[in-house]
Formats: sequence, C-alpha cells, structure tokens
Amino acid sequence: MKRQFPLIIIFSLGLFMVVQYFVPHEKSEFFYEFIALDWPPIIGAFALMLGVISLTRVSITKIKRKKEAWGYSIVTLIGLFTMSAVGVVGYHYPPLTRAFNWNFNNIMIPISATMFSLLAFFIASAAYRAFRARSVLATILLVAAIIVMMRFFPLGPLTSVVGRASDWILNVPNLAAKRAILIGVGLGIVSTAMKVILGIERSYLGKD
Amino acid sequence: MAENNSRKNIFERMFAIDRRWVYGFLMLAVVLSVIAKPIIPIPISREARSIYDFMNSLNSGDYIHLAMDYDPSTLAELHPMTRAVLKQCFEKKIKVIITALHQNGPGMAAAAIDTACQRHFELTGYRPESGKDWVFLGYKPYPILIILGMGQNYRIPFPNDYYNVPLDSLPMMNGIRNYQNVKAVINISATSATDWWITYGNGRYQVPLAIGVTGVMATDYYPYLQTGQIFGILGGLQGAAEYETLVGTPGKAVEGMSVQVVGHSIIIIFIIIGNIGYFATRKKSKLGL
Repeated sequence: MKRQFPLIIIFSLGLFMVVQYFVPHEKSEFFYEFIALDWPPIIGAFALMLGVISLTRVSITKIKRKKEAWGYSIVTLIGLFTMSAVGVVGYHYPPLTRAFNWNFNNIMIPISATMFSLLAFFIASAAYRAFRARSVLATILLVAAIIVMMRFFPLGPLTSVVGRASDWILNVPNLAAKRAILIGVGLGIVSTAMKVILGIERSYLGKD
Repeated sequence: MAENNSRKNIFERMFAIDRRWVYGFLMLAVVLSVIAKPIIPIPISREARSIYDFMNSLNSGDYIHLAMDYDPSTLAELHPMTRAVLKQCFEKKIKVIITALHQNGPGMAAAAIDTACQRHFELTGYRPESGKDWVFLGYKPYPILIILGMGQNYRIPFPNDYYNVPLDSLPMMNGIRNYQNVKAVINISATSATDWWITYGNGRYQVPLAIGVTGVMATDYYPYLQTGQIFGILGGLQGAAEYETLVGTPGKAVEGMSVQVVGHSIIIIFIIIGNIGYFATRKKSKLGL
C-alpha cells in the first residue's frame, strides 16, 4: 500500500489534469480551482517551512562551529528573519509595509542587479578564452557570434549588411537548431509524463 | 613566474592575457561611455515594430494583459520595456491588466507602475488610476497553474488585486472574465514563464502573445515567431531601446545601448587579439621554434 497509494494519486490526478485541459466547463473550473490551485500552495507552504528550518539549522551549526565564512551565515539569518517578520507583520499592520518595501528597494534590488551585472565581466573573459578558431566549427561559431554582436554597431554603409547577415543567422540556422531541440524536448516531456502517470517511472518514490 | 612572463614574446602574451586586464579594460570602457554618452542610432527590427504596430492599432478602452515575470536582477534590460509599453497604453487609453509571476517581482512591478503613472501625470496632468485604467493582480505561486487558471477566469487565481481589493468591485474588471476579453498578452520575462505563456496562454487559449525577454533568452524564441505563436519579440536592452524609440521617449535603454556597443567592441577586440596570438603561436610551434 505504501507504494500503491502514491501511484494511485499520481495516476488519478495526472488523468484529471489531462481531461480538465480539454474541458472548458464551469464544473471543470471548480475542480481545477480546488485541486490545481488550492493544493499546490498548501504543499508548497509546508515545503517552504522545511526549507526555512533546514537553512536555519545549517546556518546555526556553521556559526557555532565557526566554519569557513561563518559570518555570512549571520547575515543570512538576519536577512531571513527580518524580511519574514516585516513581511508578515506588515500584512496585518500596513504602515510596516513601507519598511518591507524600503528593504526590498534599497537592498534586494541593488544586490540582484549588481550580481547580474558582474556577468558581463565573466562573459568578456570567457569569450576571449573560448572564441578561438581552433576548428571549422569553432570558426563558424566565432564568426556568427561576432556578426550578431555587431548588428547594433553604427558601421555606416555596412550597418544594413551586418544587420541582414545577423537576421539570417537568427532566422535560419539558429531557428532550425532551436526547433530541432524543442521538438526533442517536447517528445521527451510527453514520454516522461506518460511514464510517471502510468507508474512506469517510479524513481520519485525513493528506494524503500 | 615573472621570469616566464618576461620570456614570452608579444604573440604568446596576446594568447594568454590575464583576465584582470580584460576586466579592467571592460570597466574603463563602460565608465567612459557612461560619462561621454555617445549617441548610437537605434535601427528598428521587424520583431519590435510588429508589437508597436499591434498596440497602435488598438482602440481606446481595449484591454491588454501585461505579464511582468522578472526580478530585480534583470531590471536594467526589462524595466525600460515595461515603462515604454505602459506609456503607450496610458497614452492610447488602453486598459492594462498586470501580473507579476516571479516571487521577487511584485514589489518591483508595483514601483514600476507607480513611476509610469507619475510620468503620465507629469506629461498630461492626469494620473492613471488603479481599477479604472489599470489593475495589478500581483503574484501567486506556480505560474503554469496561474496562467491556466486566468484562462478560465481571472477571479480563480486572483479574487482580489495586489492591494487586496476584490476584483468584482473594480470598475475596470466589470465583464472581464478571461483572455477572451483581452486583445493580447505582452509577456516581459526573464524566466521560463515565457514558455508557459506560449504553451498554455497561446497554445491552450489562443491569446495573441508578444514577448520581451533578456538578450541571452531572445534567440530561443525565434521559432515561435516564425510559427506565429508570438507576434513580436523585444530582445534585451536592444529591444527595449527600439521600443523606447518607437514610443518617442528615449530613456535608460537608449542610453544603455551606447555602453553595450562599447562593451561589445571591447569583447570583439579581445577575441581578435586572442586569435592573432593563437595563430601566431600555433605557427611557431608547428615550425618547432
């Protein structure tokens, strides 16, 4: 029963979602709201709780044992509990929402934007090292990359030529390769979903 | 090590430049171009123009759905797109239903809407109102389920808006049930939410869809453009700059394009230097020197 019960749940819910997808009826809407929209957030909330407990335990252990970079764990815990507290209290006491927004706008946004901006430097260094014309294929990749990068450059009379070449690269070889990958991925998703719904793929159940 | 370096000839040095030089030159180029602000002409692509033309063809009082599915990390590329689209909507009195299906997105989206309303007020003396000119539904987890749910009825995933006002009490949502009531979805995204909008929003409910995505994501979506599953793409900062140019208010994206072009030039120069070094050293090693 320990193994059959999860299989029955997966089969019935999988089948329900497939059928529901093709039935735009009000009754179908009701079941969709109940099963698909109400349940996942409830399960997600418990998963989130597990995540918070796990992160807190790992961070506290790291601080206690003064492991490498333990100082960052203090910052993690302060950030985690300050934002959670301000967010939850702010929901019931609206003036505190300003504190939440202030933290978000002045800490979260600059940190995230800075982290992403640093990628430019890594990409520049990686491009310098990786784009070497070592073989025919590498040369094609190199030339294509340079043309696409140059399509916005003000090159005078050459601008439209580079623009057309870049459009061709994006709309012909890029498109063909992407489409092939997409079709492969799509077929893979369908077959995996069928295997899970029909109980052929059971690795998610664990080994017990 | 120092001795090894001093023995290296010019081509060997070109072949293996220390990454700190690359970082340094790139930083210098970016800083100088921010200060000098060179003007770069912005050519308009077909993909961007088709979105602009579509929006321009809408009548006052028509509805669109603006899905802001990104977080602050991609704000530099995607915020200018959002601002330009909102500006066009407010100018043409198109009503906008806005969602933010990224957990770090709602606060940022609310601020962007506020800025767009304030700018419209400064230009026209009228401030677009929540519930009348736009409605912000906010965030709910599990984008696939939310996209499918909104296709049935906006009220299923969002009985209230972001500010906790019941949807049924908002004049703008009167008679608005699902995607059949909106002319199109404009999805500005840095996540796989774009795939879900294509698969479920367009695929399941046939809602016309256009996307604005980060530069690295843009090439992934050309197949959907050719098949007509999406009717336009704004790709990265360039796409944002194109749209700012089209709506007639060059802003952060147009300014940023000069920095991007200078940055790309530096990368191309380093690639060329690396390849010269590679071929020269390869020739030398073939000759056994």
